[in-house]
Amino acid sequence: MKTYLRFLWRCFRLSFMGDGRYYAWMFLLTVVVLFGINAYCKQVVQGLGTTGMTDQVSWGFYIANFTFLVGMAAAAVMLVIPVYIFRNRELHDLVIFGELFAVAAIVMAMLFVLVDLGRPDRFHHLLLRFNFPVSMLTWDVLVLNGYLLLNLHICGYLVYCAYRRREPSRAFYIPFVFVAIVWAISIHTVTAFLYSGLGGRPFWNSAVVAPRFLASAFAAGPAFLILTLSVLARFTSYPVTPKAFLTLRTVVTVSLAINMFLLGSEAFTEFYTDSAHGASAHYLFLGLHGHVALVPWIWSAIALNMAALVLLFTPWTRRLSVLQAACAMLIVGIWIEKGMGMIVPAFVPTPLGEIVEYRPTLNETLVTAGIWAGGLLLYTILVRVTVPVLSGRLTEDQDFSVALGNESGALAGIGSHGTANR
Amino acid sequence: MTDLRIHDGPSHVPAPDPGEPALTRRSFLRTGAAAVGGMAALAAALSPLRELSSSDLPNLDQFLQKHYKEMTPDQMERALERIRAQVEERYRVRPHLRDLKPMDGVEFVYALNLSRCIGCRKCVHACVAENNQSRSPEIQYIRVIEMPRGTLDLEQGNHRYDHPTVPDANHFYLPVQCHQCANPPCVKVCPVEATWQESDGITVIDYDWCIGCRYCEAACPYWARRFNFTEPSLPREQLNPNMAYLSNRPRDKGVMEKCHFCLHRTREGRMPACVEICPTGARKFGNVLDPDSEVSQILRSKRVFVLKEEVGTLPRFFYYFDERYPNSLDPEAIEIARRLEREEGAQYGALPGSSGPNRDFVASAVAARWDAPFLPGASTIDGGAA
Ligand code: SF4
Ligand code: SF4
Repeated sequence: MKTYLRFLWRCFRLSFMGDGRYYAWMFLLTVVVLFGINAYCKQVVQGLGTTGMTDQVSWGFYIANFTFLVGMAAAAVMLVIPVYIFRNRELHDLVIFGELFAVAAIVMAMLFVLVDLGRPDRFHHLLLRFNFPVSMLTWDVLVLNGYLLLNLHICGYLVYCAYRRREPSRAFYIPFVFVAIVWAISIHTVTAFLYSGLGGRPFWNSAVVAPRFLASAFAAGPAFLILTLSVLARFTSYPVTPKAFLTLRTVVTVSLAINMFLLGSEAFTEFYTDSAHGASAHYLFLGLHGHVALVPWIWSAIALNMAALVLLFTPWTRRLSVLQAACAMLIVGIWIEKGMGMIVPAFVPTPLGEIVEYRPTLNETLVTAGIWAGGLLLYTILVRVTVPVLSGRLTEDQDFSVALGNESGALAGIGSHGTANR
Repeated sequence: MTDLRIHDGPSHVPAPDPGEPALTRRSFLRTGAAAVGGMAALAAALSPLRELSSSDLPNLDQFLQKHYKEMTPDQMERALERIRAQVEERYRVRPHLRDLKPMDGVEFVYALNLSRCIGCRKCVHACVAENNQSRSPEIQYIRVIEMPRGTLDLEQGNHRYDHPTVPDANHFYLPVQCHQCANPPCVKVCPVEATWQESDGITVIDYDWCIGCRYCEAACPYWARRFNFTEPSLPREQLNPNMAYLSNRPRDKGVMEKCHFCLHRTREGRMPACVEICPTGARKFGNVLDPDSEVSQILRSKRVFVLKEEVGTLPRFFYYFDERYPNSLDPEAIEIARRLEREEGAQYGALPGSSGPNRDFVASAVAARWDAPFLPGASTIDGGAA
């Protein structure tokens, strides 16, 4: 127990240590978080009227980001599956970074739900009268919390074992890894059912929503991990092999292609049939009666995704810089497609045929940015602490300064380490 | 099967002293300064909270109050007393507040004669006055849609019709409010059971239990629910002191509300405010379990229909056309409209305040669908039932 507390304390101290760039990055994130907190306090005082939401468009930016992040969290398993099912050893040390990201993404997703509530002070009502299993929202609460715990357990256990220089006992984590794989699919499926189960919203009431959610998540999540790993490769001594990038690239390419296919099927059904039910899709892609707020968004999303897809199919993305660019493009593309492109049009026109457009306000945007910065802050700290532990520079029997000392040395030898210290 | 081996670190670095490096005086000062700066920034970020008024925070009783269905009669009395005191403090009126239960052998049903409705929106305003909705922004439970003749496609309706006189000869008027569905999706989705259907068919909301997630608002196919995006504002002199726990007691910011068939009236045998005010008698309300009630007779003898039958929510709100004069509204109803204009000098077609927070970018409504040509005479519902 004492050892464990000392481990936590060392992790805590470590999270405040780094070089100038680390401090600058953390300082920037902290400032954005503070702006977000400030904006949220205003929202608490004045009510959700500080957002762009109305009775007509009653969910907006917050729920859009929530949806996107649940997908990102689910996608962490796309690293785990190749390792355990296909026995791909290139990735197996990197799994932990995916799971750490899942932790950060789930925390962000839950914060987005929290800030969307009109009465956060009554959050405990969820514990007192839980409309399970009828309400899909209660399913979501359960699976998200379960997923958070699973991932915390897996990463926490492995990292702590590395710290103690113990061989992790398989019985303690392998079963959880398999549960987590199934669970990851469930979190995003349940989130899709949240929307597709509503008969009064034809735009959502489609069986393709859940598969589309999964496909887009399995593209955006690993793309984010590619970016994380390239940061790690650049700034730390942590070994990331080119083959790991290539495996992830394959996952991203296939998922993105499936996602574009599903989007196309959806668009075909809506437009070829051309029934009155297609009004929301019409609004999204072409605008409705001169209301075109979402049209530029969705077309830029499609352009970004298509460009990324083309790039991924070419050998250019074997170069890391091009691969990074493609990943960044598709992350933004999918963020738009699933956020503004999936949540908002279902409300336009309203079930009574009224058209009211939605535009996020500054305050709402600041809250959103604050949550994102908070999540990145959390993820940075988690990675910051994990890297020295996993590479054996922070262990129980070592002096604390070893963890620090090597860091600056590592920064000097960018990338050159590769697999050297294996 | 591989496993996660993560001990690939450098072979043992000798570690003679596992102690932590001591804090030097300088680093201590630096850490201290950073901590102070951080706290100051956090305090600045939190400063808007100073404007929270005491009424924004739930008092302890309210915080500990149980769900409506779990309260004992004693606890309910305590809750009612707390609300009375709060209303009195805020509006200087002692309300007549009670908890009214559904009556046995009663299931309420609404029927609306579309041939008589002239679109005057008197029901909209009577409802706001009766049910203590926020006046600014004004929350309205009833939406009257001006529909071109020959269609029931809601996307062709106009929500913001604004003429000096109604009815317009080429349109009919379709008022929509909560349909008190027998299979209500809004109830299904609520994560905390803050909304449920009572035995007389009314779907109610416990305003003290709702957490404001707005899932029900997304689920309702009739756009019947309204959310308090801001602190509701209700001038003292406009408060209706006749109130019930589940109906028109004043609401807080951040909770959902909607039409409840005026249960503080109807559970005592009176008519809803919208039925009482309607100048043409287009609105009919009553107990469908009583075969002699007017609504029972209408359901038996008129060609009633429900909106969006395909979504399967089984509304208790029926519409019918009762048209003796196929190409115009009922002349008798039009006569009533003209008389009202003469006698009260009011312009009944004028647009009332909008529902929901005012937004400058609130768009105007649909005039016609984007492609389908309007087919005159394609009406499927109209028909003489003289
Ligand atoms: S009309 Fe809407 S709010 Fe009313 S009972 Fe039906 S689903 Fe619920
Ligand atoms: S807004 Fe209130 S009533 Fe509606 S689903 Fe959420 S908690 Fe239930």
